[in-house]
Amino acid sequence: MSGSEHPDHLWRNPDPKRSYDVVIVGGGGHGLSTAYYLARNHGITNVAVLERGWLAGGNMARNTTVIRSNYLWDESAAIYEHSMKLWETLAEDLDYDILFSQRGVLNLTHSLHDTRETRRRVYANQLNGIDAEWLTPEDIKEFCPIVNLSPDIRYPVMGASLQRRGGIAKHDYVAWAFARQADAFGVDLVQNCEVTGFDLDGGRVTGVQTSRGHIAAEKVALCAAGHSTVLASMVGLDLPIQSHPLQALVSELLEPALNCVAMSNAIHVYVSQAHKGELVMGAGIDAFNSYAQRGSPHIIEHQLAAAVELFPIFSRAHVVRTWGGIVDVSPDASPIVGLTPIENLFVNCGWGTGGFKATPASGWVYAHTIARGEPHQLNAPFSLDRFTRGALIDEHGAAAVAH
Amino acid sequence: MLLIPCPWCGPRDEIEFRYGGAAHVAYPGDPETVDDATWARYLFVRPNPKGPLAERWCHSQGCRRWFNIVRDTATHQITRSYRMGEAP
Repeated sequence: MSGSEHPDHLWRNPDPKRSYDVVIVGGGGHGLSTAYYLARNHGITNVAVLERGWLAGGNMARNTTVIRSNYLWDESAAIYEHSMKLWETLAEDLDYDILFSQRGVLNLTHSLHDTRETRRRVYANQLNGIDAEWLTPEDIKEFCPIVNLSPDIRYPVMGASLQRRGGIAKHDYVAWAFARQADAFGVDLVQNCEVTGFDLDGGRVTGVQTSRGHIAAEKVALCAAGHSTVLASMVGLDLPIQSHPLQALVSELLEPALNCVAMSNAIHVYVSQAHKGELVMGAGIDAFNSYAQRGSPHIIEHQLAAAVELFPIFSRAHVVRTWGGIVDVSPDASPIVGLTPIENLFVNCGWGTGGFKATPASGWVYAHTIARGEPHQLNAPFSLDRFTRGALIDEHGAAAVAH
Repeated sequence: MLLIPCPWCGPRDEIEFRYGGAAHVAYPGDPETVDDATWARYLFVRPNPKGPLAERWCHSQGCRRWFNIVRDTATHQITRSYRMGEAP
């Protein structure tokens, strides 16, 4: 792993050319991995990734880095498990240490209904070949001793699912690793380049207008998370996406105290301890729509109350920093990846509160979709037209973040 | 934290309110006659502008009445607050 000693540059900083085979709009994790797999899996390297700010400075810099594949429905299990398998060899594939740590993800339950739903999900995962275990409170005590298992708390812990292969990775390194390899294949990563319009010829997209001039493109691939509807509205395309703030926070650096990722759907907190030592916690989304990359303090207060109830040992830790990203929430808490009614225009959005874990698979299937002009079998169920057909993939339970 | 002007009670803290999403979404008509695409748009697609958005709030911890505001989603600035039935 030579990459962890940082050279001066990991990628070039090119000016945009006048035309490309593929223009990817959005230089976050998913856009970068799409560019990488377009080059590596499909030999398409005349590609630009256009980023209106700096690379991976949106949700890729703001997430809580949780990786797991314990989703309920077959369609979701298949795509998230594909992602998990890619994570397991990603450092090797990209020749860059991304600090992927399979320390286990606990999903705690606090009511009979919660318990039944979570056990159902454990069985569903097992049927899909995904590692999943049900832990009793005694098992939890052994696996993660600092969880408060007292029967006297407001919502006592009744059990938990555990995916041992789940864990965390260093988000920035993941983005840099994809960017470096995409650049090495010849992909232009163009920063400070905002897309302001699209060129249409009949029902076909032929290029983009940007803050750095006009760029012609055979194919245009949207990959802009919270700004997806802003872009889609420029071509009159309706996306069933609402943009919300999603907040997170970190504590000061602490000695190792938490050995896994712990999530609680019901009282709502998800927390892990980063390699450096800070506790990283995420909250539910703010209810209102926003593009401001900030939310309201009562969301943080609610989530800290849950954290301290579940982990009394954290009560003296300090919040050092809070921040927000803009998440693209879809009606069924599942992504939208595929074709659009406009020829040569592709869409990848709706990952909402859980996009980081999907970074490799999202790029893998999106690259396939763009290269072949038809979806990969893993993203075929996640088409935009599922909302008209009624074939929704409801993952609000497995999304594990309050919507 | 938003300071939301309830048209009945005046400015109150956001935690007193419940969000209701975009305002002025019209029912698409007779469900027996509208096509699937129209019905899907009504069920799943809502305005999501980066800028002024007319939206519903309920003063659930106060007067318990629904009302509308116009709020900029990029700045959180609220420029209008009006009662149900009033024009935006």
